[in-house]
Amino acid sequence: MTSPLLSVRNLKVDIPSGSGTLHPVRGIDFDLHRGEVLCVVGESGSGKSLTSLSLMGLLGRTLERSADRMEFDGINLLGASGRQMRKLRGARMAMIFQEPMTSLNPVYTIGDQLIEALLLHRRMPRAQARARAVELLEKVGITAAASRLGQYPHQLSGGLRQRVMIAMALMCEPQMIIADEPTTALDVTIQAQILRLLYDLVREMDMAMILITHDLGVVARVADKVAVMYAGELVETGTVAEVFDQPLHPYTRGLLDCIPQPGKTGRGEPLGTIPGIVPSLVGQVDGCVFRTRCTQAGPACLGPIPRRSRDGHLFRCVHTDGYAPAETKAI
Amino acid sequence: MINFVLRRLGLALLVSLTVSFLSFMLIFLSGDPAVAIAGEGASMADIEAVRSQYGFDRPILVQYFAWLGQAVQGNFGNSYYFNLPVTDLVADRLSVTVKLGLCGMGFALITAIPLGVIAAMRPNSIVDRTALLFSVVGQAIPSFWFGLILIVVFAVQLRWLPASGTDSWKNFVMPTIVLGYYAMPAIMRLTRAGMLDVLNSDFIRTARAKGSSELRVMFKHGLRNAIIPVVSLAAVQMGFMLGGSIVVESIFALNGAGYLAWESIARNDLPTVQALILIFSMFYIVFTLIADVLNACLDPRMRSS
Ligand SMILES: Nc1ncnc2c1ncn2[C@@H]1O[C@H](COP(=O)(O)OP(=O)(O)O)[C@@H](O)[C@H]1O
Ligand SMILES: [Mg+2]
Repeated sequence: MTSPLLSVRNLKVDIPSGSGTLHPVRGIDFDLHRGEVLCVVGESGSGKSLTSLSLMGLLGRTLERSADRMEFDGINLLGASGRQMRKLRGARMAMIFQEPMTSLNPVYTIGDQLIEALLLHRRMPRAQARARAVELLEKVGITAAASRLGQYPHQLSGGLRQRVMIAMALMCEPQMIIADEPTTALDVTIQAQILRLLYDLVREMDMAMILITHDLGVVARVADKVAVMYAGELVETGTVAEVFDQPLHPYTRGLLDCIPQPGKTGRGEPLGTIPGIVPSLVGQVDGCVFRTRCTQAGPACLGPIPRRSRDGHLFRCVHTDGYAPAETKAI
Repeated sequence: MINFVLRRLGLALLVSLTVSFLSFMLIFLSGDPAVAIAGEGASMADIEAVRSQYGFDRPILVQYFAWLGQAVQGNFGNSYYFNLPVTDLVADRLSVTVKLGLCGMGFALITAIPLGVIAAMRPNSIVDRTALLFSVVGQAIPSFWFGLILIVVFAVQLRWLPASGTDSWKNFVMPTIVLGYYAMPAIMRLTRAGMLDVLNSDFIRTARAKGSSELRVMFKHGLRNAIIPVVSLAAVQMGFMLGGSIVVESIFALNGAGYLAWESIARNDLPTVQALILIFSMFYIVFTLIADVLNACLDPRMRSS
C-alpha cells in the first residue's frame, strides 16, 4: 500500500479564553490517500471547519494547533515555516469555503483574482495565466468566460461566485482540495449541480478531496471514505458501505435515522432526531463524548473508550461487542 | 463610470450655485450696503449716489448674476478696506494656505495610514496602544498650545527653525506638523477600524488560502478595501484645512487666506469676505467631488449603483 497523501494523528485545536480553554478539536486521526474522496459529516459546531483550517495552516492567531503527526506528501506540516506553508497553500492544497458571497475580494475583478492564484506560484506571462483562467471558468461551466474576467464579484450570483471559487482553487492543479460545506449557502436547486461539478473535476484531475457536508445523500454518492465527527472527535470512520450499511456508533445511527430512506421510511412516519445538545467544549471530556445524548449510555461509558475496528472500519464505542481493539488509528 | 462622474459634476455645480447665491446675499446681511460704503455721517444724496454707482438699486437677481458673471472671471470687486482688487489680495494669501494645507494633509496621511495599519495588525499590542495614545493626545491638545511648544523648543531653544514668516520651506515645517497632527488622529482611527473590519472578512482568508504573503494580504487585499472611507474623510479634512487653518496661520504669522478672512470679518470688508467664503466653499465642493470620483475608482460597487 502506498503512503497516504495526508496523514494526521492526534490533531487538536485549543482556544484559550477567559472562562477556560475550549477544545473544539480533540485529537483526531485520519489518512487521505491520493485521488480519494473523504467526506466529513457531523452537526454544526463539531469542529469540522477548524479541522480543515488547521490542515491549511489558516487558524487565527488566537487558536492553538497541536498534533503528533501531520504530514502532507512527505512534508511535515507541523514543522513547516510560514514560507513553506505559503508555497503549499493554493499550489498543492487548496480550499473552497462555505461563504461564496463574501469569499471574493469585492474590489478586484474575477480575472485578477483567478490570475493572482496562479501567478503567486508560477512564473509565466500574464496572458498565459489569463488563458488558463478562461479555460478553468469554462471547465466550471461558466458561459462567455472571457468576458466574465472583467466582472466584479457583486455582479455575479452566489452560484456563479462559488463556481469562480472552485476555478480559483483548481488554478494550480493542487493534489488536495478541501471543500468546507461548499453548497450550504446556495439555493437548493443549484446545490446538486455545483457538487456534481466539483466531484467530476476532482475525479478528472485525479485530486484528493476532503468534502465537508451535511448531506448524507451526497456522501453516499461521492465518498470513498466517511468520517463522522462529533464534539471534536471522529467517532466513526470507514468506507461508505461500512459506515452506511453497518453503522457501529450510536451517533452515526442517529444521523442516518434523521434522513428519510426511500422504501424504508413510510409516508407520514416521523424521522429520527437526536435529543439533547452537544456537550460543552470547555475542559477535557472523560469517557465517551456522546454519552449525554446516547440512549445506550451506561457506567462503562464513563471510562476510557478504546478505539475498535473490523478491517478498516473504526469506531469509538464500548457497546458494540465482537470487535477487536484497533491496531491502527486510521484507515 | 462616466455617467457617475457627470452626475456628481452636475450636483457639484448645483451646490456651487447655491453657495454663490448665499455668499452674494451676505452683503445685504449687515443692513444697507450703500450706507456702509458711504460711511458715517454721509448725506442722503451721497448714499443715493453710492447706491446707483454700485448698482444696489437694481433688482437683487440682476445684481446677483452681474456679480456672478464677474466672479467666474475672477473679479470680486474692490476691497472696502484696502480699495484694491479683492482678487489680487486673495491670490497671494491663498497660495500660502494651499501650500500649508497640502503639506499638512500629506504629513497626516503618511503618518496616520501606516500607524493605523500596524495598529490593526496587532490589536491591543504595545504598538496599538502607543498609536492610540498618540492619537488621543493629538485630539486633546489645542493647536495653538502645541504650536507654541514647538516654537519654544525648535525656534527659541534649538534655533533650528524660524518661528514665523513665509520665506523658505523651513517656515512650513512646524505649521505642517501642527496642522497635520491635528488631522492625523481621525484618519488613523478610521484606518485602524477599517483594517480590523476588513481583516476579519472571508476574502482575506481566501487571499491567505491562495498562498499570498502577509504583506500582500495586508496591503493588496486589506488596505485597498479599508482605504475607501478614509478617502472621504481626508477630503473633508482637506477642505477644512484650506479654510480653517486660521489658528496655525496666526501662531506662525503665515499670512494665509484663513487669517485674511478673520481680519476681513473684523473690518467689515464684505467683498473680501464674500470672495473668501465662495473660494473656501469651492474647495469643499471640489474635494468632495474628487473624493467621490476616487471612491468610485476604488470601489466598483459604487460605480454601478
Ligand atoms: N475563533 C473562534 N473562537 C472561539 N470559538 C470558536 C472559534 N472558531 C470556532 N469556534 C468554536 O469551535 C467550535 C467548532 O467550530 P467549527 O469548526 O466551525 O464547527 P463546524 O464547522 O463543524 O460547524 C464551535 O463551537 C465554534 O463556536
Ligand atoms: Mg463549519
